[in-house]
Amino acid sequence: MIELKGVTKTFGSTIALDNVSINIPEGKIIGILGPNGSGKSTLLKMLVGLNKPNHGNIFINGQQIGVQTKSFISYLPEIDYLYPWMTIQQAADFVKSFYEDWDENKYKELVEFLELQPSMVIKKVSKGMRAKAKLLLSFSRNAKLILLDEPLSGIDILTRDKIIETIIRDYRAGDQSILITTHEVREVEGILDEVIFIRRGQIALEGNVEELRYQRQASLVEIMKEVYTHETI
Amino acid sequence: MDFDHGRPIYLQIIDYIKKQIITRNLKIGDKVPSQRELAQQLKVNPNTVQRAYREMENMQLAETIRGQGTFIVKRGELLKELQGEMAGTLLKNFILEMQSLGYDDQEILGLVEKYQQDLKEEIK
Repeated sequence: MIELKGVTKTFGSTIALDNVSINIPEGKIIGILGPNGSGKSTLLKMLVGLNKPNHGNIFINGQQIGVQTKSFISYLPEIDYLYPWMTIQQAADFVKSFYEDWDENKYKELVEFLELQPSMVIKKVSKGMRAKAKLLLSFSRNAKLILLDEPLSGIDILTRDKIIETIIRDYRAGDQSILITTHEVREVEGILDEVIFIRRGQIALEGNVEELRYQRQASLVEIMKEVYTHETI
Repeated sequence: MDFDHGRPIYLQIIDYIKKQIITRNLKIGDKVPSQRELAQQLKVNPNTVQRAYREMENMQLAETIRGQGTFIVKRGELLKELQGEMAGTLLKNFILEMQSLGYDDQEILGLVEKYQQDLKEEIK
């Protein structure tokens, strides 16, 4: 579904992604793992056109990144991108106005499940609540591809559980793809089909998580430690 | 349920269903939870549950009837087979561990009998 061909991205003298070629299959939950600064977020940003590669090409469903691909991608950025003065309902209406795949029933169900109130003002709620609000807006669309950039970072354990539960609950198996970047590997052990470890802008290891567990008799956390031993990022 | 993340999760889901049968929480012919329900209950990827169910069908442990769900196969000897399988695993590990402690076959048998007696007396 997602194809990167020789993609390089630099910021000044820093190389964020270094000649990366990869094929990411459809219908799976894929973890993009790696320490801070390894190039994970840059990869996601390029999939929605926020960063452009210096070299190489990116195709999603055979198309170049543009208006067409954006219409079926739901992107949750790491930063607080919601207007702070809006209520959750206003933010929802705002997102709804851009996308045809907005699902009002799903939105209402998720508001309840995530224990949010549409009248809550975004700047007045806790960080955990804002994280849940971002998730609400990403998952209220029937998007073919969902990109979650560090959805768990800096969030308390109960809210993390709720976020994981939401992903499992609303994921349309086989039909939808979810890419998650995180360094909270332990939290996502149970939900990933495939994993891509990024190290200094390159792919250090990729594969099916269950196969990797079987071959290496190790958990993702242990595999990650192996991949990044002697790392000096 | 806590998973050992060093082993494939789909295999642990199959073990979980087998244990449910051995402990009679699931009986022959019973409907097992839908893939979605079990994924939510165990907090794992629905694709992993799907793989476990597909494997259980291949092993003739479960069968899926279109539009109705997945059921434990109606086979009289299933419970006995599963008990035998699990006992086999326990015994194999036990014998290997005892051997690594330096006991020979006769000594292992002797110790088993002794502990069986001890346990009986404890219960009294």
